[in-house]
Amino acid sequence: MADVKIATRESYGKALAELGKVNPDVVVFDADLAGATKTGTFKKEFPDRFFDFGIAEANMVGAAAGISTTGKIPFVSSFAMFVAGRAFEQVRNSVGYPHLNVKIGATHAGISVGEDGATHQCNEDIALMRSIPGMVVINPCDDIEARQAVFAAAEYNGPVYLRFGRLAVPAVNDENYKFQLGKGVQLKDGNKVSIIATGLMVARALEAAETLKEKGIDARVINIHTIKPIDRDIIIKAAKETDFIVTCEEHSVIGGLYSAVCEVVSQSAPCKVVPVAVMDTFGKSGPAAELLDVYGLNAENIVNKVLENIK
Amino acid sequence: MDAKTKLALEKQAVKIRKDIITAVHSAKSGHPGGSLSLADTLTYLYFYKMNVDSKNPSDPDRDRFVLSKGHTAPALYSVLAEKGFFSTDELLKLRKTGAMLQGHPDMKHIPGIDMTTGSLGQGISAAVGMALGGKLGDKNFTVYAALGDGEIQEGQVWEAAMAAAHYKLDNLVAIVDNNNLQIDGKVSDVMSVYPITDKFAAFGWNVATCDAHDFDSIDAAFEQTKEKNGKPWVIVQKSVKGKGVSFMEDNAAWHGTAPNDEQYAQAMADLDKIEKELEER
Repeated sequence: MADVKIATRESYGKALAELGKVNPDVVVFDADLAGATKTGTFKKEFPDRFFDFGIAEANMVGAAAGISTTGKIPFVSSFAMFVAGRAFEQVRNSVGYPHLNVKIGATHAGISVGEDGATHQCNEDIALMRSIPGMVVINPCDDIEARQAVFAAAEYNGPVYLRFGRLAVPAVNDENYKFQLGKGVQLKDGNKVSIIATGLMVARALEAAETLKEKGIDARVINIHTIKPIDRDIIIKAAKETDFIVTCEEHSVIGGLYSAVCEVVSQSAPCKVVPVAVMDTFGKSGPAAELLDVYGLNAENIVNKVLENIK
Repeated sequence: MDAKTKLALEKQAVKIRKDIITAVHSAKSGHPGGSLSLADTLTYLYFYKMNVDSKNPSDPDRDRFVLSKGHTAPALYSVLAEKGFFSTDELLKLRKTGAMLQGHPDMKHIPGIDMTTGSLGQGISAAVGMALGGKLGDKNFTVYAALGDGEIQEGQVWEAAMAAAHYKLDNLVAIVDNNNLQIDGKVSDVMSVYPITDKFAAFGWNVATCDAHDFDSIDAAFEQTKEKNGKPWVIVQKSVKGKGVSFMEDNAAWHGTAPNDEQYAQAMADLDKIEKELEER
């Protein structure tokens, strides 16, 4: 596993530029954040297929809906807060309801935005996007997965929400990795507890599993990159084969991965599910790495949650 | 436009108005006022101006129409039905459970609907995207979008106006249906949007005006939009809410209320009278 850390927003920008080469229908919209969302990489390669809509997210999303009806495949980008939050109703009514072929590339999700603080730290986007019928929601964990997810989104006909981060994260997958939309990935087998993680928490879940191993606890680790439609089978199997589940996400405990996993097991394989998430609170300013610790989004807290709940 | 064509459109528009009233009466809910104020313009667009084919509703080269003021769906549905996109029988099922015709336009299930609308301010953005797609794909189609005058209180409309001018979308024609009434009363009392023409001009648009109930005036305004100078066009049309039905005219109470049986009979009698006058002309 390479030591180089890459932010998934960087992966997004690179993947768009690669996708632009093979798919002439791809167009990219941004709202004055091309430098930060990394769509600027696409802009440089394909200036004729890049459109800045200025600081006006609602119109950008609506225009994406419109251009998709002419056969183009728009990727619209802004920070998660503004494209999933501010433009929620446009995503819901102009994209989701008519099930249009619009891809939403949301960067700067979660508290790992860091110093900009709570106004820019979106811990609610998965909940919002997941509630829209027919919306696919993908939260990649590393560079390789993020890049493949962009290509998978372009191939899928319908609305997709892609969640990317600002913070550089370690590689979880190697070059042989094959991303499959809607399929969870078991990264480590185990029979005592299942740690189900998404996004940047996947690497931290693996780290926690190592610590648990040293303590003689055999933890299964599952990466849920596609939060909707969720891989029910892999979750039900984990619920049945291990004593309990710990979910890990850089998102509010309300409406994200924890909720999605609970929705599955409560019906099909009731078991204890313990969250590691942002616990119904706003973020604050600070370096991303420190904030993740402050909010308990680290391996230490995952280990503690396992130890607290183990029989 | 010659006199014969004009008369034919006038007759067609009465038919559309009867369809609107019948559909809303049958649904026992809906928005007759703004549907009637837009009826002539929609008749003009679909029966005279636009390149559309009911047998090929998703032709990539067709002109597009976006009803940004989506609540006036009865007007658009009536025009599409009379134009053969679907059976006029569907109009009697408007808003009913299991029916195709939803309360607001639904592009996924209704032939001829180019964009799902209903939440005000959103349709014009979609129209901007369509026009951009047309430019990008070297297509010659024109995108028409109708907005309510109350609707332009939505900030998104002005985001769209900025973008349309910025990207030089002269293949976009917006229509502002200026009947000066919205649900809560006069637009000028609720939240003034005036001066409408100056606002669009300041946003970098070409501006035309017309009398929304005179086909010569409508035609003159749309003829102007043929001039392509790198700017989008807006036609601000002076209209009368409830036009053609005596007791609905210029009355905000008929924004979103369906006529009862007695009112329905009265409305149809009003329209019969107009139809008879046209027949005798």
